[in-house]
Amino acid sequence: MSEKWTVTFQVFRKKGGEAAHYDDFKIEVDPNEYVLDGVERVWAFHDRTVVFRHACHHSTCGACGMRVNGVEKLTCITPIRDVTSNGGVVKVEPLRNFPVVSDLAVDMGKFYTQMDDVGHNSVNSDFKEAIQSEFRPAGPESDKQEFMRLSDCIECGLCISACPVSASSPDYLGPAVLAGAQQHGIHGDEHLLRLVDCEDGVWRCHSAFECTAVCPSFVDPGWRIMDLRKQVVGERIKRLFGGSSNKNEAEVAK
Amino acid sequence: MSKPSVIIIGAGFTGVATAYDLALRGFEVMVVERGEIASGTSGRTHGLLHSGGRYAVKDQESAIECIDENMILRKIAPQIIEPSGGLFVGLNDKDLAYAKPFVEGCLACHIPTEELTPAEALRLEPNLNPKLLVAYTVPDGTFDPIRLALAFAASARKYGAKFHTYTEVEQFIVDGQANVTGVKYWDRTNNVRGEYNADIVVNATGAWVGQMVEKVGAKVPILPTPGVMVAFGQRLAQRAINRLDVPGDGDIVLPQRRMMVVGTTSFEVSDLDYVPVIEEQIQEMLKRGSELLPGIAKAKQRGAYMATRPLIGSGNMGRSVARTFKCFDHKESDGIGGLVTITGGKATTLRQMAEKTADVVCQKLGINATCATKDLALVSYRDYYRQH
Repeated sequence: MSEKWTVTFQVFRKKGGEAAHYDDFKIEVDPNEYVLDGVERVWAFHDRTVVFRHACHHSTCGACGMRVNGVEKLTCITPIRDVTSNGGVVKVEPLRNFPVVSDLAVDMGKFYTQMDDVGHNSVNSDFKEAIQSEFRPAGPESDKQEFMRLSDCIECGLCISACPVSASSPDYLGPAVLAGAQQHGIHGDEHLLRLVDCEDGVWRCHSAFECTAVCPSFVDPGWRIMDLRKQVVGERIKRLFGGSSNKNEAEVAK
Repeated sequence: MSKPSVIIIGAGFTGVATAYDLALRGFEVMVVERGEIASGTSGRTHGLLHSGGRYAVKDQESAIECIDENMILRKIAPQIIEPSGGLFVGLNDKDLAYAKPFVEGCLACHIPTEELTPAEALRLEPNLNPKLLVAYTVPDGTFDPIRLALAFAASARKYGAKFHTYTEVEQFIVDGQANVTGVKYWDRTNNVRGEYNADIVVNATGAWVGQMVEKVGAKVPILPTPGVMVAFGQRLAQRAINRLDVPGDGDIVLPQRRMMVVGTTSFEVSDLDYVPVIEEQIQEMLKRGSELLPGIAKAKQRGAYMATRPLIGSGNMGRSVARTFKCFDHKESDGIGGLVTITGGKATTLRQMAEKTADVVCQKLGINATCATKDLALVSYRDYYRQH
């Protein structure tokens, strides 16, 4: 450790039917270490009963989302220095609006299933919009294969935890799922349209943009929800004028 | 007749792939994991889908395993792979001298390569060091570590495998004839302890295999070897960028999503449960990485972490040890029945490691069932968390 700080990790605890409480762990850390490293230190050296999710430690897997001092963070890329000071407190809690499995680990089951339902592609080729100025492909444009890349959304759930509407309406699809639908695009997909064009879909959003504020992965779900509304309205207008852009409907009509 | 049963300890790459393979072969499979899916070394992989080019000169056995499995994973798991390719880039005379054995090695291991002039390489990857002398294309790729493991785990669940995560194996259950018949577990989610029984137990705990079998007085020659990875919040290359040289520190830059990961180093540790990042190694990655892509010097660091490889040792030091995997039948090595250890290998070869392990398990139990994982597409990784 190049620099040493003593900080108190205040860890949310809940096992089975027990009442929730917080345990304090005063530990020595390097302030350049990440909050996830601190939680792992608590587990490795102080209390093996602490349960938390983590995998990649570099913001590609989305497993280590927690609330840190009240704000949703991807803990593997949040330096301890950014959230407290020497002698200070780091309060870690599980994400809101997900069932708690134990301590800091939450159940992603419903959310992951919804991401599949809206057809969010985990690998796609819309790299131009996503990478913007960072990368200018100069290679053969025709070879699309080379430009397939993992989607920006890492399904960490931070946006759903931060969303005030998700907190009050458990059936609301939530920012990540609607952003997934936007990325897929409605393109006349009746199933997708029905999923998002309803009271628990795209119209439930109150434009708080908390989702965009906490997103660690450049998805900007708030903007995507607004764009999805445009797509939905576009579909409605097409139908109003009898335009059947919908392949499925045309099939059914036959 | 009831199904043969197996307990697999560990839900890293080897554990989940073995669970899938044995579930397909008709086993009743139970996976017991003290963390969650890919919480150890597997999750922290940089995510290079190896073409085998890295091993084509010194370790052709690993190289052939890599290229074969690379092609299989592209078919069965496109949902988690950026099939973007890779380059081996030569920057000086020493690198140029490595070109001949590299090309010959790739040819011997059926790894397709193509030589590019500096101008051609810079056209493909404009951010490469403009002083490069030569580059070779290889079919590298990037995979998402946790989602690769989840896709195998989800597919295993589809065929009936059960996963007990956050559940630590505290001890083995051994009968009077020195046969392992199950495990004593501690479920950390609710502090409950209990026992699971099975016909056979597979120890798939990666770098931790030695600690695990110590519980029954057995031994595995494992050499836990951590290395640092540094992630940058900018993507300066579409392809995996490798240094055209003998494998060494900081010689891979791997893009994924909108990031790049530079890796890695190699040293030995005794405490595997927490390996702190060493600042000097981060600086080394920055320096070595920016030789390949000068823009790395100005890129913002996004994260830094350690991952502990499970190299198979024989008293030798880190990198010279072969990267291939080994399956140990503890009946043969320690006189303990009903226990098999699988370790070593690489993420890219997880399916083949599982196939070989499942073969050993079947052979030990006298079961005639063959591997079916090669041509079957994995189900959506998101299905792992789906309620059944």
